[in-house]
This record gives sequence, structure tokens and C-alpha cells, in this order.
Amino acid sequence: MTATIVEKIFSQKCGSEVRAGEVVMAPIDGAMIHDITGPLAIQKFYEMGGTQVFDPERIIMLFDHQIPADSIEAANNHVYMRKFAAEQGIHNYDINEGVCHQVTIEKGRAAPGEIVVGADSHTCMYGAAGAFATGIGSTDMGFALKFGALYFKVPETIRAEVSGKFQKRVGAKDLILRIANDIGADGATYKAIEFAGKTVRKLDMAGRMTLCNMAIEMGGKAGIVAPDKITWEYMKGRRKMKPFDLESDEDATFAERRSYNVSDLEPQVAVPHNVDTGVPVSRVAGTHVDQVFIGSCTNGRFEDLAEAAEVLGRKKFNPKIRVIIIPASRDEYLKTLKAGLIEKFVKAGALVEAPCCGPCMGGAFGLIAPGEVSLSTSNRNFKGRQGSTDGKVYLCSPATAAASAITGEITDPREV
Amino acid sequence: MQGSGHAVCLGADIDTDLVIAGRYLRTKDHSLWVAHVFEDLDTSIAPRLKGAVIVAGKNFGCGSSREQAAIALHEAGVVAVIAPGFARIFFRNAINIGLPVIECGITCAENQDVHYDLALGYVEAGSKKYPVRPLSPRMQEILASGGLVNYWKAHL
Repeated sequence: MTATIVEKIFSQKCGSEVRAGEVVMAPIDGAMIHDITGPLAIQKFYEMGGTQVFDPERIIMLFDHQIPADSIEAANNHVYMRKFAAEQGIHNYDINEGVCHQVTIEKGRAAPGEIVVGADSHTCMYGAAGAFATGIGSTDMGFALKFGALYFKVPETIRAEVSGKFQKRVGAKDLILRIANDIGADGATYKAIEFAGKTVRKLDMAGRMTLCNMAIEMGGKAGIVAPDKITWEYMKGRRKMKPFDLESDEDATFAERRSYNVSDLEPQVAVPHNVDTGVPVSRVAGTHVDQVFIGSCTNGRFEDLAEAAEVLGRKKFNPKIRVIIIPASRDEYLKTLKAGLIEKFVKAGALVEAPCCGPCMGGAFGLIAPGEVSLSTSNRNFKGRQGSTDGKVYLCSPATAAASAITGEITDPREV
Repeated sequence: MQGSGHAVCLGADIDTDLVIAGRYLRTKDHSLWVAHVFEDLDTSIAPRLKGAVIVAGKNFGCGSSREQAAIALHEAGVVAVIAPGFARIFFRNAINIGLPVIECGITCAENQDVHYDLALGYVEAGSKKYPVRPLSPRMQEILASGGLVNYWKAHL
């Protein structure tokens, strides 16, 4: 009997062959909570009569949305979670490591074949490591913390098969904005999206994370890339695991297969106020921007920042706009620092912040005023997402963001 | 499980940031979420939510996993949300806190009485009756208990 990669993961975890559509109680290998949804999850855990979490070593706790505490309320949330961590013997990364999804993967807390849940919608990013990972709400998380298991409907899978070679300064973010435009904001609801094909096999882990991160922007329950040499190489030193085969059978039943060829793909920009609005950059080139944000779990890795630095070259950022650069984690920050890029960004006029979510959620700093335009490498451009509801957020790749930060208007990175 | 309320009509792709903005997530104080529900969408909505059935377009509750969105609606007095489709996490969050979510595309007229019966599987608005696929027995039980926490306590 053939199966998709997701069906294989659930079958292995449940100890019996299961297929898409079946509702199963599956054990979870990891559960991630952060400072925004964590306090509510802990409350629910207690309300359900929880006293001891199922396994403190399988719980990933950190703060990233409102750090360092931007208000007394946020500080209180942090205290509440620290107390829970201490009580339960959970290792708390606290405010020290960076954005939850980046940290979870780089600390080896999500690995091929595992089922990981997180109280955050972009948990689907761990599919880049070959895990089935999905975002859940706080009540489900309270249940997961207590029992180490959760009800899941095994999802069908949309297979996105990608071929072709990216042009210079076009990459994973442009591809996923293109795919989101094609599938639509709810086109993958209740489904997993498997990214496959020669182009995906050649993508580095950073690019795969960008793809899987945005599966939720199509309603996807998970994004996933079958583990291969690149995955196992990445896992070395992070997890002691022997590589094993895990991939969809070629003749497995997919909800649908969609093909993409990236050879002619232009840099893409998603226009306000939805993510599935991606257009070629040429369509919006010249749009004035007030703020450029390069960072987030979608595009705050060293590879992203290196690409931005490459586009920057010896130029300066436009002094009339604000350029905010935030590495996604301490590790990524250090890599960027050692490569001399932080100095380069600062000298070019950018504000470089310590690893955190930054302006992405519009909850802490870096907000925009009415009438202002933000160009952002993050994952959402909803109305009000980065501040005023009368502001506008455009989404793009690090290359397009860097090019636009130089000119002060949306710019094709191939022309800088 | 059945209920009724006055219709509040909303559009498609209402994301959870629009239900409750990120800037209000610092707190665990539910009343603050109620005070600011839909603030970024339209400030005239909040005062009309007590006893309301929200009738929305496709993909209601997309985006962030924040359960605060479902809680804000529930505590503002929303009786149920009806939409042709829901984002997965919101749908599950709503059931988990005891807020009925009904997958059904209906014609919405502001303030019109809307009645639903989840066991029999229909929604009635104006003179029209729309069939809906009944929720699974477990989901119905969770809703009837007032959410997953109470459901679990009752099954201990």
C-alpha cells in the first residue's frame, strides 16, 4: 500500500497503517511554547488538572515575541512561564536564543519522522527538517503538555513539484510567494504541502525553512520536505540519529500535484493586505517605502542576511527610510557577525537588533504609522499586522528588501 | 446542540490579527480582548456582538494560532460563527473553548435572526433553511460540555 510522507510518519507513530482522513490520537515528540501563547496554554494545562507535564525534555520553551520585555504585562508573562519551567524541570531558552521556530530546528528539537506541535501557526516550518509539525491553539497545547499526545486528522497532501534553476537574486521566498498566489490563502486548508522536485533537493536548509514556514499562509496544516543528504548533514551535531529513508511513494495518493518551474521566475512581492497576492516585482517597482524589515523566522537566517549584504555591496541604505535587520537567532547572529556583515549593515545605515520576532507581529517595536509603507521579509501582510491599519505591508525576499532599502522604493534586486 | 442570534455579516479571509490585534496579547485578561475585538477591522462591530451569530465569508480565522481570537468572540457574547470555510487552527480552537463553528455558506442580512441545530444539521436564516454536515459526535460533545477542558473533566 502506497503512502505519502505524512501518512508514513503518522503510521509509524501510531503503530498501525493510517491514511489521510483518519482521526488518530498520536504521541508527540516535541511541544513548543513561547511568550504570547504559552501563558494561556499553561493556564489550560492547570485547568485540565495538570500537575506534571508529560516529559519536560520534550517541551521547548522560549520567549521571542515581546523581548526584552516591552511592558510590565510582558514581563509578567515571562515571570509566569519561568516559574512553570522551574517547577516542571523544563529547559527554558528564555529571551536568549531568538525566534522560536529557528531555535527549535537549530537546537535539534525537531527531526525527520517526528511529530512536533507548537503554539504558533508557523510551527509548520519544522517540516524543513523532515518532521510533521503543526501549529495548535492554547487549549490543545494544554492537553499536549499534560498527555504528550493529541488528536490529529491525518491530512491529505498537496505535492508541489519544483524544477528549473533560479535566476540570480531570485530564491525560495519568491518561489513560496508564487506558490501561495497559485494555491490561494485557503487552498491548502487541512492539507499538508510537500515540497519536492530537483530544485527543492538542491535548496539549502535555510531555503527549505522559508518554504515550509509559509505553508500556513495557504491554510496548510504542515509543510514538509523529505529528508535527504542535506537534511541529515544539518542534523549532525544537533541530534544523534542514524539517517533513514523517509519519502512519499511516487504513486501515493495526493490531493493534487502542482508543478512549478523557477527558471523564468521573477522576484515576487505580495501586496497588501493578503499573502496570496504575489506579483512580479516589476508590477510594483517604484512604490515608496518608509521602512524595510529584514528578519523573522521566514527570512532571518545567515543565508538571507548574506544575500542582502551581497545586494548592498559597497552602497549605503537610503538615509530617508528606516532599515531594521534582525537575525533570527543567536547562532545566525554570530555567523553574520563573524562574516563582518553586521558591521557592514550598521555602517550602511541599518538598525541591527538582537534576535527576536521584531516588527513581524506588530506587538512590540518597529511599528508603522498611518499612511506608511513597510517592505518586509516576514510572512504576513495583514491589515494592521505591523502597526497602523492605515499602513501597508508588502512582503518580499531579502534580496528585494535590500535593493529597495538602497533606493527607498520597491526595486528589482537584479537591477541594483 | 442548537442556538440562535442576530446576524453580524463579515467578509472573507478575516484573519485572527483582525479579530484581536497583536498589541493586546500581552495580557491574560479576557476583558481586554473583549474590549478590543475587531478593532482593526471596524470599531462598530464590537457593540453588536452580544447574542450575535457571525456570518462570514471563506477562510474565517486564518493566520495566527492565537486562541485569544476565539476567546474574545466567545466572551463578547458571540453565539456561533457561520462561514463556508474556516482556517484549521481557529476551527479547532473554537470547538476547544465551546464556541460553535458551522461550515456553511449562507446569504447574510444584517440583524436577521439566524437559527442553527448542529445535531439535526441545519442553519435557518430568514425563510431559508441550509443543510450542514453534522459535526462529529465527539466535537458535539466537546461543544455541549463548553469546551475541551470541561469535556475532559467530565470524562476523568
